Amino acid sequence: MENKANLKEQILTASGVNPLKCMRCGKCSATCPSYDEMEYHPHQFVYMVEKGNIEPLLQSESLYTCLTCFACVERCPRNVQPAKLVEAVRLAVIREQGANHLKPQDIPALLDPDLPQQAIVSAFRKYAK
Amino acid sequence: MVFSYYPGCTLKTKAKDLDKYARASAEALGVTLEELPDWQCCGGVYPIAKDEIATKLSSVRALNRSKELGRDLITVCSACHNVIKQVNHDMQTDENIVAKVANYMKLDAPYRGETNVIHYLEMLRDKVGFDTIREKAVNPLKGKKIAAYYGCLLLRPSSVMAFDDPENPTIMEDLITALGAEPVRYSMRNECCGAYTTLEKKEIAQKKSNAVLASAEANGAEMVITACPLCLYNLKKNATEHDVPVKYFTEVLAEALGIA
Repeated sequence: MENKANLKEQILTASGVNPLKCMRCGKCSATCPSYDEMEYHPHQFVYMVEKGNIEPLLQSESLYTCLTCFACVERCPRNVQPAKLVEAVRLAVIREQGANHLKPQDIPALLDPDLPQQAIVSAFRKYAK
Repeated sequence: MVFSYYPGCTLKTKAKDLDKYARASAEALGVTLEELPDWQCCGGVYPIAKDEIATKLSSVRALNRSKELGRDLITVCSACHNVIKQVNHDMQTDENIVAKVANYMKLDAPYRGETNVIHYLEMLRDKVGFDTIREKAVNPLKGKKIAAYYGCLLLRPSSVMAFDDPENPTIMEDLITALGAEPVRYSMRNECCGAYTTLEKKEIAQKKSNAVLASAEANGAEMVITACPLCLYNLKKNATEHDVPVKYFTEVLAEALGIA
């Protein structure tokens, strides 16, 4: 993993997010459908990245419970776009060699006859590089 | 009216009904959908990061092909629509992405987002018109209480999708009314079904899908319609506490048009 300052810079560049726009109203987390399943919530992603406290996020399962439903993006009164930040942190993890969260060999056991292809390609795009 | 048509991977496999009834209904409404030759899978979710290039190329290929054919591009699957429309927006606004895509693709003329991406529902509203559909509904679904489920992908981000009011959409309710049925409005119609978490965190998809159908049923829905194969799957398979029927909007449309 790159050093801390570079990592923050990379995440901000890849996401296009400026966390300093956040006024900490918490609406992103209030509207998040995955709130109950997350260790770190959308508003925490915003201020933790801003403070450079990124390491705990890299280790967190919260990266894989974000649904990218864009509720936080749509409803943020300051247009901070937290989901884009979550995506950039997730990419910082899975772009590392061997760090895929979902592997092709895991797939057969997860299939059922009705599962749409869309679910598989979407999960791969979210969980693997 | 002739349009290019992008069906997407799932409409060729698990969501054949979404495709079949879309084509049949279009024909009945005087619309010709010409499937794009050699289209590739959109990838299912929009690659959000600004430094993602390769993952956007399949969408650009479809968009550019449609531009070459001189036609607007029609999508039906919510996911395909979201991905292709957002990539098109990148091609209109992000110089860095445009330049890198041009380097990859070596097109005769650079692609800059010229193609209009139109969802099938928008085509019904803006090109065919709900009044025409009302006239052609030979088998109106009288008195049937139908709840539209929008989910996330058609509506958000509204600054790019510009599909409808993201918090209070009406397009599917207007379609339901035009088909002679009674639209059911409910609070969860634009909240997430759990999406791809069904693959490895099924409990999230179950919780979210159950919440959607609980809200629809509490408001009297006898049927739920959607444009998304993954929403349909989650609402049918993961909403374990509910059994209200869930169908593709195209199937209900075809039924009302007397061709299903």
